[in-house]
Amino acid sequence: MLLFVLRRLLQSIVVLLAVSGLVFAGVYAIGNPVDILISPQADQAEIARTVAALKLDRPLWEQYLAFLQHAATGDLGRSFVFDAPAIGLILERLPATLELAASATLIAVGLGIPLGLWAGIRSGSLAGKAILAGSILGFSLPTFWAGLMLILVFSVELGWLPAGGRGPTQSLFGVPVSFLSWDGLAHLVLPALNLALFKLALVIRLTRAGAREALTQDYVKFARAKGLSEARVIGVHVLKNILIPVVTVVGLEFGSLVAFAVVTETIFAWPGTGKLLIDSIGVLDRPVIVAYLLVAVTLFILINLLVDVLYSILDPRVRMAQAGG
Amino acid sequence: MAPGQAPAARVAADFVESRLALAGLTVLALVLLGALLAHLIAPQNPYDLAQLDVLDARLAPGAQSSDGRMRYWLGTDDQGRDVLSGILYGLRTSLGVGVSSTLAAAAIGVALGLISGYRRGRIDALVMRLVDIQLSFPAILIALVLLAALGQGIGKTIAALIAVQWAYYARTARAAALVESVKEYIEAARGLALPAWRIALAHLLPNCLPPVIVIATVQIAAAIALEATLSYLGVGVPVTEPSLGLLIKSGFDYMLAGDYWISVFPGVALVITIVSINLVGDRLRDVMNPQLRR
Repeated sequence: MLLFVLRRLLQSIVVLLAVSGLVFAGVYAIGNPVDILISPQADQAEIARTVAALKLDRPLWEQYLAFLQHAATGDLGRSFVFDAPAIGLILERLPATLELAASATLIAVGLGIPLGLWAGIRSGSLAGKAILAGSILGFSLPTFWAGLMLILVFSVELGWLPAGGRGPTQSLFGVPVSFLSWDGLAHLVLPALNLALFKLALVIRLTRAGAREALTQDYVKFARAKGLSEARVIGVHVLKNILIPVVTVVGLEFGSLVAFAVVTETIFAWPGTGKLLIDSIGVLDRPVIVAYLLVAVTLFILINLLVDVLYSILDPRVRMAQAGG
Repeated sequence: MAPGQAPAARVAADFVESRLALAGLTVLALVLLGALLAHLIAPQNPYDLAQLDVLDARLAPGAQSSDGRMRYWLGTDDQGRDVLSGILYGLRTSLGVGVSSTLAAAAIGVALGLISGYRRGRIDALVMRLVDIQLSFPAILIALVLLAALGQGIGKTIAALIAVQWAYYARTARAAALVESVKEYIEAARGLALPAWRIALAHLLPNCLPPVIVIATVQIAAAIALEATLSYLGVGVPVTEPSLGLLIKSGFDYMLAGDYWISVFPGVALVITIVSINLVGDRLRDVMNPQLRR
C-alpha cells in the first residue's frame, strides 16, 4: 500500500515538473518574458530592476531554476491590475470556486444516483425513458447555454432567483461561505445547478448502467432468494456495487468541475478563480494567468492522486495489479 | 449481414434502421446546407453595414423592417441585424472551425497512433505518456490556456482545438493498430518486404479507421460546443467573423432586459446542430461495433 502511494506520488511530482516546464516554455521561451511579466506601464528603471530580479539576463536553465524557486516559495509575480501578489488573488477567490464545485458535486450525486437507479430498475417505464432522454440532452447542452437558459427562466421570466453575484457570505472556520444564509443559498442554487448538469447526466448514465448489470448478477438473485426485501436488495447489495465506479468518476471529475467553473462563474458573475482568469485574460494580466494555471494544475494532480489512493483502498485488485506490474 | 455485401453498404443499411438517427441525419443535412448556402438564402448579409438599418434595432421576432422590404422572422439585434441571417453565417464559422480542427486533429493523432502501435518501443512509450498527461486535464482548461497565450483569432482557435483533440485519436488509432499489426495480412505484407510506410498507409490505416470515424463524429460536436464556449468567454473567434457562441454572447445583456431572441435563437441553432451530430455519432458507433451487431 505504502509503495503504491509512494510510486503515485513520484509520478505526480514528475507530471508537475513537466507541466511547470511547459508553462515556463510558454511564458519565457516562446513569448518575450519582459512583455509578459512586466507591466506595460513600467518605466525603464523598473524594467531593468525586474529583469535582474527575475534573472531574465541569465541562461535559460538558470532562469528555469529561478522560476521554480520562486514558484516553490509561492511567488508567482504581482498582478498588474490589482498590484498584489498573483497567488494571493487566486487563493482569496478559491473558496468561492470550491464551494460552487462542491455544491455541484452534491447535486450531481444527490439527484443522479436515485434517478439513475430508477432508470436502471424500471428501464421500460415512461419515467425511466424520460430520465435517460434527459441525461442524453444533458450531455449535448453546452454548459454556458444551459446557464443562460436557467437565468432566462428562473431570473428574468419567473423572477425567483438572482441572475448573478454571490450574495452575502458567512464565515465558517474563517472561510467565507454562501450556504449559511437564505440569500446566499438563493445566489448559489442556479450556478451550482448549471455546473452540475453535465455531471448529473454522467452519474445518471453510470448508475443506470451499473444497476442494469447488477440486477442480472447471481448475488442479487441469491439475495432475493433469501427473501430480502426489494428495498434492501437495491439499497444495500446493488448500491454498494454501483458506488465504486461512481465514486471514482465523481472524484476524477471534481477537477473538471473546477475547470468548467470558469464558464459558470463568468455567466453568473460568481467571484471565483474562473471569473478572475477570464477577467485577467481580458486585460492581459499575465502573472495572474500563470498563477491560475499552476494552481489549477497542482489541484488536478492532487485530485488524481487522491482518487487513485482512495480507489486502491476501495478495490484491492487495483493495488495488486499495480504492485505486480 | 448479407454475404458479399460491401462494408459501407452494410453500415448504411444498418444505420437507416434507426428512425431517430435518420431524423438526426436529415436535420444535420439541413444545417449543413444552411451554412454552405448562407450567402444565397440569408435574407441579408449581416456583415454588410450598408444593409443594416439602426432604426430596426432590437425588433421582436416577426417584425416588419422599417422600409417594409423584409420581415425579421427571428427578430434583430442591437445593430438592426437580422438574427436569422446572423445564425446562418454564424453556423458557417462554427461548423468550419469544428470540422477543420477535427480533421486536422484526426490526421495528426492517427499518424502518431499508427506509428506508436506499429513501431512500439520508445516512441510508443513517449507518445502514450504525453496522451495520458494531456487527457488528465479537461479540454477547456488546455484550450483556455493556449488561447490566453496566443490571443484571439480563427486560426488560433482552430490550433487550440487541434491541440485539445489529437490525443483521443492517437489513443484510439494506437489501440486499433496494436490489434491489427499482429494479424496475418500485415504479416503477409511484411513477408512481401513492402516498405513500412506502405504497410502503414495502404494496409494498416484502412483497417484502423472505423473506430476513428466514430470518435471523429462525436468529437466534431464536442469541438463545436467548445468553440462556442470559448467564443462566448471572449477568447475564441474575433467579432469580425462571429460564430454562434459570439452571437449568444452579444445578446446576453439584452436577455437580462427581456429581449430574449438575440441570444436564444443562435443557442437553439447550436443545440440542434450538436444534438443531430450526436444522434448520428451514437448510431454510427452502434452499427460499426461488431460486438453489438446482431
